[in-house]
Amino acid sequence: MSTENAISHATDVQQTHHEKNGKAVYVIPIFFFGIIAIAFAIGLTLNPRELPSVLIGKPVPAFNLPPVEGRKLGLSSSDFEGKVSLVNVFASWCAECRAEHPILMELGAMNIVPIHGLNYKDKPVDAKNWLDGLGDPYTRTGADRDGRVAIDWGVYGVPETFLVNRKGEIVFKHIGAITWKVFEEQIRPLIEELQKTSAN
Amino acid sequence: MMVRIFTIFALFLASTPAFAVNPDEVLSDPVLEVRARSISQNLRCLVCQNQSIDDSDADLAKDLRVLVRERLVVGDSDDEVINFVVDRYGDFVLLKPPFKGVTYALWFGPIFIFLITVFTGYRMLRRRKSEIAEQDETLTVKEKKELNSMHKEALN
Repeated sequence: MSTENAISHATDVQQTHHEKNGKAVYVIPIFFFGIIAIAFAIGLTLNPRELPSVLIGKPVPAFNLPPVEGRKLGLSSSDFEGKVSLVNVFASWCAECRAEHPILMELGAMNIVPIHGLNYKDKPVDAKNWLDGLGDPYTRTGADRDGRVAIDWGVYGVPETFLVNRKGEIVFKHIGAITWKVFEEQIRPLIEELQKTSAN
Repeated sequence: MMVRIFTIFALFLASTPAFAVNPDEVLSDPVLEVRARSISQNLRCLVCQNQSIDDSDADLAKDLRVLVRERLVVGDSDDEVINFVVDRYGDFVLLKPPFKGVTYALWFGPIFIFLITVFTGYRMLRRRKSEIAEQDETLTVKEKKELNSMHKEALN
């Protein structure tokens, strides 16, 4: 073998060796970067305020509340049996509640399910004025003045809305104002399903 | 001038951290109060999410602080109080996640990544070492001499 050949052969061997390592070294970080990027991208689309409720599938907590001033029907755990119902946690001091209020009014008028109002940490007069002035979409109301019942329901941000089945179990929870999109896409299908299945 | 600066720094030292816990919430029994503080330091305020209820000024945090103290006064153990809150708000209220199935990735993840790093690092170092060894082997002193003489021949 001539010397030139020997030298070029040696460098060839070295080069291929390097290329092999080089590829792996570049691919591995890109691979991990890709995984992390995807995880972060998914994370960015999630709403950190929306936490899964541990109460889903469990019976509503035991409670018994007097109605908001000027109304006759209070709200207690026994009011949920036999009927699919929505429970809306609201307060007069909550801006988002005002935004969702017209939707609740319309939903109430549609008469699909009874909507019960859980009035969270409100002054009796403020709650009364709210319902008298803006309209009262609720079948029953419960005045939770010290917010203890709401804690039992796992409430941490008003407005929150729960869907309760005929057995009095919490099926679904929405955090934040209800929109038509949320109602049509998530709540209405569930209501229809629940009303069908528990009828027989 | 120096005195003034010194005074300012002395005042910094004298200041105490602002606590969210209001004086009217504090229990008269100091032992229970210490337990209440340590429990609330591990419970997340769900309104602010990155503060404990002990640090937070949020209304719900205050309610939960009071609730924790009430349960302690009634005679609940620390675990019972914590479970009471977890039953309502889920594991997310715990600032230190519990050790169970769904959180294994959380607990073992860092160890796993550390082991991968050590393993990869070890392999890279070994490879480099063998490469250097290989390079040493490719040309011995004798070979170098031969090569030099060949070069000389070629130049001549």
